Amino acid sequence: MSVQFAGMTVEAVLGRWPFVEQFLAERGLAGVLDEPQADLEAVLPEQALIDLGAFVAEMEAFLGAGSQEVRELTIRGGRAKDGSPEPLAELTVRVGEVICIVGPTGSGKSRLLGDIEWVARGDTPTGRHVLINGEVPGDEWRFGSGPRLVAQLSQNMNFVMDLSVREFLTLHAESRQASEPAEKIERIWSWANELAGEPFAMDTPVTSLSGGQSRALMIADTAVLSASPVVLIDEIENAGIDRRQALDILVRQEKIVLMATHDPILALMGDRRVVIAGGAMQKVIEPSAQERANLDELKALDARLMELRRRLRAGERLDVI
Amino acid sequence: MRFVTVSGPPAVGKTAVIIKTLEHLQREGRKVGVVKFDCLATEDDALYRKQGIAVRKGLAGALCPDHYFVSNVEECVQWGLAEGLDVLVSESAGLCNRCSPHIREVLAVCVIDNLSGTDAPRKIGPMLKAADVVVITKGDIVSQAEREVFAARVRMVNPKAAIMHVNGITGQGSFELGTLWRGTTETATVEGLRLRFSMPAALCSYCLGETRIGADYQMGNVRKMDLELPTGAKTDGGPGAATDREDRT
Repeated sequence: MSVQFAGMTVEAVLGRWPFVEQFLAERGLAGVLDEPQADLEAVLPEQALIDLGAFVAEMEAFLGAGSQEVRELTIRGGRAKDGSPEPLAELTVRVGEVICIVGPTGSGKSRLLGDIEWVARGDTPTGRHVLINGEVPGDEWRFGSGPRLVAQLSQNMNFVMDLSVREFLTLHAESRQASEPAEKIERIWSWANELAGEPFAMDTPVTSLSGGQSRALMIADTAVLSASPVVLIDEIENAGIDRRQALDILVRQEKIVLMATHDPILALMGDRRVVIAGGAMQKVIEPSAQERANLDELKALDARLMELRRRLRAGERLDVI
Repeated sequence: MRFVTVSGPPAVGKTAVIIKTLEHLQREGRKVGVVKFDCLATEDDALYRKQGIAVRKGLAGALCPDHYFVSNVEECVQWGLAEGLDVLVSESAGLCNRCSPHIREVLAVCVIDNLSGTDAPRKIGPMLKAADVVVITKGDIVSQAEREVFAARVRMVNPKAAIMHVNGITGQGSFELGTLWRGTTETATVEGLRLRFSMPAALCSYCLGETRIGADYQMGNVRKMDLELPTGAKTDGGPGAATDREDRT
């Protein structure tokens, strides 16, 4: 796969593929940039042209230009750890759905995620098959330079880059070659602020955000800038973030949300929940009307606990709760 | 026998990735082995042995570790064949990022971690640039955005490699990496094969044990930086001294 530059000027090539500038700089060919009106094919050595053609093709694939739209994922059951057939023979999830995954530690939640990420074709230890839009997907999701199928968010993740919120988002937008980056950056920042409750500024260093602010920024950023159609969330902390709204933001951006959780409020926020045990999907539970009604009660309980926490922080006594 | 060269900067988790990946291949009934190359000391051979992985270690000591690797790699392949291994992995740290142990026609894997900074992929050089598979570790502790930025930077340096995310602690992604290892072509010998990138030039007085500093003690392959010192300043570079420049492939 390669891109041809026939008749394009240096300026035209850079206008279309801004990342070419870095390629030329790394090859010591930045001098070409001094002649914006020159024909690129006339000023670049032949080998560099061949390499650049391949590079641009790879970058286009990586940036997801022309990558297929994922509307639904189907997981066909394989076998449990003991070799018996997986009780849930098929599960289909669609964009805009929030699916909770529940089950004890070691029950096979990670392997299920691994199967989805690797788009299993009966060639993983579980023997599962994963279909995209009802079809067996090609190798591009495994080795292609395009986006991965699954983006991940967990409570253990932290920002490690020494950058302000704005610099950080700009860097991410650049690496994705996002269109209208300024608008996207503003949107991520304002959504993250809505989620976090406790506002932060664009020039705050990302490493000094609180837990809730970090998670809020990660969620808004994943929703807007990540090209992965599936988002896997490993719990969302209960403090400092509006969890319902966090899920809504992801769903609005046409993501399939998979959420591993043991938190009853989060689990009842999902559209369905899959029960995993012994390395296999056992069944799917759709929340009943009663469960939905209980969600309100759980939220009220939660609000009471939060209030007690606030009082404790303020130095009050908890003799009366 | 399938032969895989694994390289990567120190402390990125090469050994953990190799152990987790080989576990899957062992479970499938394959006999696996590792040759661990290091500079001064390593205890990793004990870790491998504990997992039932056949292991040999080589310490370069006073030699350039990459020269040491290339001088011994054919013997390592013959050891692996004599042991009846199905899969042999060589593990070596890219100590100065100047070189790579990667050999043409042998599956080349480079391991780097998400914590090494966004400029790291550009600094790592041929070890990364010439790899067939780039394994990125420690993705479980950084944000999705940072993983994507880091992978994009790797992609800029090596557009052709398969990029895989592996967690050396939980083993997530290691099964998938193993499918590439067991699926690579057979190697019966590396005799006559070529390195993907030349080794660094050496042979100066310091290679031979000189420890004193100063122009009088420098002989052989010596190159001076161009620091643009003001005229009259004492310099060691003679009229014929080459100035520093970046190495290019």
